[in-house]
Amino acid sequence: MSVGFIMMCHTAFDRAAQVARHWAEAGAPVVIHVDKRVSGHDYASFNRALADLENVSFSRRFKCEWGTWSLVQAAQAASEQMLERHAEVRHVYLASGSCLPLRPLKDLTDYLDARPYTDFIESVTTTEVDWTVGGIGMERFTLRFPFSWKKQRRLFDRYVDLQRRVGFKRSIPDGLVPHLGSQWWCLTRQTLSAILQDPDRRHYDSYFERVWIPDESYFQTLARLYATSIESRSLTLSKFDFQGKPHIFYDDHLQLLRRSDCFVARKIWPKAERLYATFLNTRTNTPKLAEPNPSKIDRLFHKAVERRIKGRPGLYMQSRFPRKDHENGKTSAPYSMFQGFSDLFENFDGWLSKNVGARVHGHLFGPERAEFAGGETMFNGCLSNNPTLRDYNPKAFLTNVIWNSRGERQCFMYSPRDTQQDIDWFTATDPNAQISVISGAWAVPLFRSNQNFAAIRREAARLQQVELHHLSILRSMYVKARVRIWTMAEFIENPMEPLQTIIDEISPRATRRLTEVPQMVDLTGFGQFLQNLKNQGMQPRLMGDFPVGDDPNPQQKRRGRPYLVK
Amino acid sequence: MERRRRQIRAFRKRRELMVVADRTDKIRGGDVLAFVTLRNERVRLPYFLRYYRDMGIKHFLIVDNGSDDGSDDYLASQPDVSLWWTGASYKRSGFGIDWMNWLLRKYGTGHWTLTVDPDEFFVYPFCDTRPINALTDWLDTYEIRSFPAMLLDMYPKGPVDQTPYVEGTNPFETACWFDSGNYMISKNSRLQNLWIQGGPRARVFFADRPEEAPSLNKIPLVRWERGHTFVSSTHMLLPRGLNAVYDEWGGEKASGCLLHAKFLSTLPQKVAEELERREHFANSREYKAYAEAMSEQPDLWCKWSEKYINWRQLEILGLMSKGNWA
Repeated sequence: MSVGFIMMCHTAFDRAAQVARHWAEAGAPVVIHVDKRVSGHDYASFNRALADLENVSFSRRFKCEWGTWSLVQAAQAASEQMLERHAEVRHVYLASGSCLPLRPLKDLTDYLDARPYTDFIESVTTTEVDWTVGGIGMERFTLRFPFSWKKQRRLFDRYVDLQRRVGFKRSIPDGLVPHLGSQWWCLTRQTLSAILQDPDRRHYDSYFERVWIPDESYFQTLARLYATSIESRSLTLSKFDFQGKPHIFYDDHLQLLRRSDCFVARKIWPKAERLYATFLNTRTNTPKLAEPNPSKIDRLFHKAVERRIKGRPGLYMQSRFPRKDHENGKTSAPYSMFQGFSDLFENFDGWLSKNVGARVHGHLFGPERAEFAGGETMFNGCLSNNPTLRDYNPKAFLTNVIWNSRGERQCFMYSPRDTQQDIDWFTATDPNAQISVISGAWAVPLFRSNQNFAAIRREAARLQQVELHHLSILRSMYVKARVRIWTMAEFIENPMEPLQTIIDEISPRATRRLTEVPQMVDLTGFGQFLQNLKNQGMQPRLMGDFPVGDDPNPQQKRRGRPYLVK
Repeated sequence: MERRRRQIRAFRKRRELMVVADRTDKIRGGDVLAFVTLRNERVRLPYFLRYYRDMGIKHFLIVDNGSDDGSDDYLASQPDVSLWWTGASYKRSGFGIDWMNWLLRKYGTGHWTLTVDPDEFFVYPFCDTRPINALTDWLDTYEIRSFPAMLLDMYPKGPVDQTPYVEGTNPFETACWFDSGNYMISKNSRLQNLWIQGGPRARVFFADRPEEAPSLNKIPLVRWERGHTFVSSTHMLLPRGLNAVYDEWGGEKASGCLLHAKFLSTLPQKVAEELERREHFANSREYKAYAEAMSEQPDLWCKWSEKYINWRQLEILGLMSKGNWA
């Protein structure tokens, strides 16, 4: 038999004993290190549980604290014991008490026999790794770390800071190039004994004693001195998340683990009954020579970390409520706001929904109700069209509309008449928003209304104020939305080109050119209307230039085939 | 200060609790415990206990607030229930929270504790394949002390009393519908908790006065320590750090849901009874609203209602999250 296992244990001894028994009964010697902090009682019963197995022994115990030299000492002692007592062992496999073999021992020994001189140890230079805890890479090797990272974090951080400022640096022993990697390795007798019997070992040991987290660097660095053929990867499937904590495997990972073809996995939840029952029963697997392939599991964990760090853009919920401007997506998908279009054109929403593949709403923030597409009273996600409910939290209303209809672009009309101007900053700073404004078009319904002119004048002044304010937001330097603003005069001079641009942006793949123009309302007399406003002392500023008497003539655009400017 | 005051209140209110069945000596270290206040919920209890036993809850600590429907006898005979009785005012005990705080402090310290009502059913990521210890062990490795679960109101299609609830059955067989995307969130700057409103109750009963719509944010699962205290139901806690269950930089923390089986055939009777007692929050305005609306036999269901399948569905809809648990 060519492989021996070292197991580092500190909890869940019943599981560790099960695994040790599995390996030992298959013929592989096992040396177990038990943390010295474990009570004598637990240690004794662990001992007893494996007493019938000749090839299982316990090594000298060290008090193991996370990230300290003691872990290396424990591994050294156990390795020495393994090499000494089991002359037949060619590869030594370092595992933990929460490891679980996924394939029969025979698979592993065959695999190792085919690669008798290969050391499997993840060993990369500090510049290559991005997973180091606390953002300390190369400095692990050049600073001193007398304080515990877990228990004395403040002192730890301050002392690191101090050393950085003073410019303190330890010198690295000659000939060593610091390497880091997973602490779960599988080394050949040759390499391991060369490390342990090196004449300079005391020198190296006293150096690594003060390196931070030496169990991730001691063997990884020294193996580089002696190994003839290093495979820089761990045979143990062990994934760490962004906080340096190992991902844990549960019963529902069974199929995933089985298909990964890895030899050993950690960390297993001790109560994962089905995993232990399945994988420790070797008869379930037939020997095969597959290469380990953990990519599916990698992806799963990668996605989990991604979710934790970035989350789903545009989602606001009980455990994701980003601060302003840290949303990583204020909304979940692109959407379009049209201001002034429904005033200037008859049935603009009908026309728009014919020409883009999108849901076109009326005035979502209309004063009487949220005008959902098709006159519906409810929308996806059970959003109600009740204006009080909507105005209670308009931002939530808007983000809900966009989130609830993921996969379908939303368009809606907007106007200074709408009750909600609270979302103006939100939409202006949202890169998902496409905001198109025909300024001054709000005057058209007034122009066509049957009201006393004094009331019209008052309303016009109010709407102008509201729109001026909105435009000042849309022209500020903080804008992230795709904003287009035309004065009404500009727009009606040539409506096709701007409409085509907007629609191309909404559905970029549609190659079809617009064939039908939305029908513009009759503006005969609009110039005079504006003049009347002026005469009454109001200054309509947002429509652009409409000379009295020179009425814009939308009639010409009612021809069967529109005239297009290319 | 407020925390101190609440603790003293809880200490004083302890005398209102009379032991009926004390089996707390059966509690072992590492057990996850459930804490419940109830009144006249006999018909719900068999399913409630089964649901949480299957989840891995080891002991139930229950305050019976003067039931007269046999709830007390039923609970007293359960091997994993410790029962206290009180005839004191629900309202004056902070809607039961003083009693809960006292029991939590005395028996919950050092344990993971789940504080729920008898109509709340906890759902967490992977709850169909992993027992609750898997979750609490995971939370322990990340030193997370509290876990949020938004209240999700479940309702049937048609009037609530159309299908009578049968003892021992899963209430979500009939009340299997919910609102998936009409929730509104704001932040309570004082206690740092999120204030969530919305759902069918906001849209049907409180559409014209949304500020009065019931709060849906809850933090039911807490690793209890001596100094902890619930402030208002299980909506928020002190110290404030326990309310920081959400990420503010764009990421998602793990969270669950409390499926709320309020809208069952048992509701009209409950409403009548509670209006009589006037022991509920804000002069029982919620129950008044129900009573008004109930007389018109409202249908909470609409064509956008979502039919409940499992926790994965809730996670996809964005109502809860796996966070970095995989």
